[in-house]
Amino acid sequence: MKKEFKIIADLIQKNSRVLDVGCGDGELTSFILSNISKDIRGIEISKTNVQKCISKGLTVIEGDAEKDLFQFPDLSFDFVILSQTLQAFLNPEKVLDELLRVGKKAIVTIPNFGHWRVRLNLLFKGTMPITKALPHKWYDTPNLHMCTIKDFSNFCDNKQINFIKSLALSNEKVLNISKSNLSVRNFFSDVGIFLIEK
Amino acid sequence: MSKFDNIKKLIVKDQLKLDCGQIISDFPIAYETYGKLNLKKDNAILVFHALTGDQFASDINPVTKKDGWWKYALGAGKAIDTNRYFVICANVLGGCMGSFGPSSLNRTTGKSYGNDFPVITINDMVNAQYFLLKHFQINKLFCVTGGSMGGMQVLQFVANYPNIAQTAVPIACTSNHSAQNIGLNELGRQAIMADANWQNGKYKESDSSPDKGLSVARMAAHISYLSKEALQEKFGRKLQERDDLKFSFDADFQIESYLRHQGSVFVDRFDANSYLYITRAMDYFDLNKKFGGNLSKAFEKSKTKFFIISFTSDWLYPSSENKEIVIALNSIGADVGYVEIESDKGHDSFLLNVPDFLQTLGNFLNKSYERINEKRI
Repeated sequence: MKKEFKIIADLIQKNSRVLDVGCGDGELTSFILSNISKDIRGIEISKTNVQKCISKGLTVIEGDAEKDLFQFPDLSFDFVILSQTLQAFLNPEKVLDELLRVGKKAIVTIPNFGHWRVRLNLLFKGTMPITKALPHKWYDTPNLHMCTIKDFSNFCDNKQINFIKSLALSNEKVLNISKSNLSVRNFFSDVGIFLIEK
Repeated sequence: MSKFDNIKKLIVKDQLKLDCGQIISDFPIAYETYGKLNLKKDNAILVFHALTGDQFASDINPVTKKDGWWKYALGAGKAIDTNRYFVICANVLGGCMGSFGPSSLNRTTGKSYGNDFPVITINDMVNAQYFLLKHFQINKLFCVTGGSMGGMQVLQFVANYPNIAQTAVPIACTSNHSAQNIGLNELGRQAIMADANWQNGKYKESDSSPDKGLSVARMAAHISYLSKEALQEKFGRKLQERDDLKFSFDADFQIESYLRHQGSVFVDRFDANSYLYITRAMDYFDLNKKFGGNLSKAFEKSKTKFFIISFTSDWLYPSSENKEIVIALNSIGADVGYVEIESDKGHDSFLLNVPDFLQTLGNFLNKSYERINEKRI
C-alpha cells in the first residue's frame, strides 16, 4: 500500500465514522475497513472503480464529490478523506467547504507543486512540469488547480480552518510541517497531508 | 383440471386488509422456490417480480414452457446463486399465475372476479407475500431484491418490515411513479378497455379475451423497455421480408413485425384484467407521500444494507429517480451503495445478459453474505 495511505489510516480513530471521497478502487477504504473502522463508506466517480469496490465488499456510491456531497447531513462523519483529488475539482473551495460541513474532521492530501523538481522543470526547461507524482501533460492533465503546500496552508489560514496535524512526505519519509519549516517542507516534499477541522 | 393445479400455492387463511379498505382472507399466493434453506435459515432471498413476471424466475416455467424471466441472474452458479441461497419468488396479488387475482373464481357468484376484484397496491402485494415468510418460518431474510415493479416492492417491504431483510437491492425502480409512467400505463389500459372483447371486464364469462387491446398495450410498453439506441441498432429502418415498401399498413418494417410478435405471444400468457390491476398498483405507488413527503422516513427504523442499481439507458426508471432513493438513505446515514451500470439495453437491462450488472449483483450478495457470517463468528 502507498505510504500516504498508511499515514492517512494512522490519523483515523478506531471505530469512527468515515467517508472516503474519491475512493478509487477502494485500496485505502478496504484497509481502513479491515484494520480501523467497520463504519466506512466511499463515493467514487468512475463506474469501473465502483464495481471494483463492490467486489471487495465495500459500501460505495457512484457519484461526483463536486455535486453529490449535499446529500450527507452536517457533521455526519467523524472523518472525511480526500486523497490527492482537491486539485482536480472545478471548484476546490466549495468541495473543501462541503468536506468540513459533512465531516467533523477532514484529511486532505495534495501533490506539492512547490517541490524543487517542479520548480526546476519550469525554470530551466520552460515547459509545464512533468514529474513522477505529476505525470500528465499540460493539455491532458485532470489537475485544474495545482497548489503548493504553502498555498494550501495559506488558503486554510484565510478560511480559518484549523490544522490539527500537518505532515509532509519526502522520499517516503514522514515529516512534520510547522510555521517555521514551511518554506523548507514546501521545497523538498512530494505530498502534503493535512488533518483539518473548521 | 386447471393449468395451475401442479404449482406451489399457499392458501392464506389470515385476514389481509387492503389499502382500498376491503378485507380478504382464504386466498392463494402461488410461489416457487430455488435452492435450499439452510439449517440456520440465514440464506433466504425474497425476489419480487415486475409487471408481467411471475413466480417462475429461473428454470423452465411449467405453465408457459418458457425460460424463467430472471434466467441470467438467478440459478446455480449465477449472480443469485441457488447453490448458496434459498430463493422464494411469489406471483403478486392481482397476478395471473395462480395467485389471487381478477381471473380467480369468486365463490359467491361462481364466476371470475373480473373488474369486481378490489384495486390493489404495491403495499398489498408485499403484505400478501409476507405470509410466505411465516409459512417457511423465516424470521430474517438475507436479501430482498427485484427490478422495476419488483424494486418498488423491495422499498415497500423494508418500509413495512424494517428489521426482516439484512440487505435490499432495488433495481431500476422509483419511489413514486412519474407522470410519464402513469401516462404510459394509462395508454395500455385504454387499449385493453377499448377492445370490444373486454366487455367491461367480464370477458371470462363468455370465454373470450381482449387480445387485440392487450397486445397493443404490450407493444407500447415494450418500446418503453428498450432504448432508442438499442432499437435503432437492432432494427433501424430494416424491412420485413421484402425489398421495398408495399404502400400498405402491413408490417413493412422489422420493428413493426417484432412488436406485433411481442404482443401476440404476450396475450397467450397474460390476463388483460391483471394488466389493468397491476399497472394501477404501480401508478398508485408513492412511498414519499405515504411518509409525509419525506422518503427518508420510510427507512428510518431499518438497519438494512441497501444497494441500488440503475442503468444508463433506462428512460422509464432513469438513474435520477433511483438516485433519489440513494439520497433519501444517505440523508439518514443509512448503509447504502449505488452504481449506475453502463448498458444500451434500456430498462430491460436488468432482465438481460449485462455482464457488469450480473457480476456486480453477485459480488454484492456474496460479499455481504460473507461479512454477515464473519460477524457472527
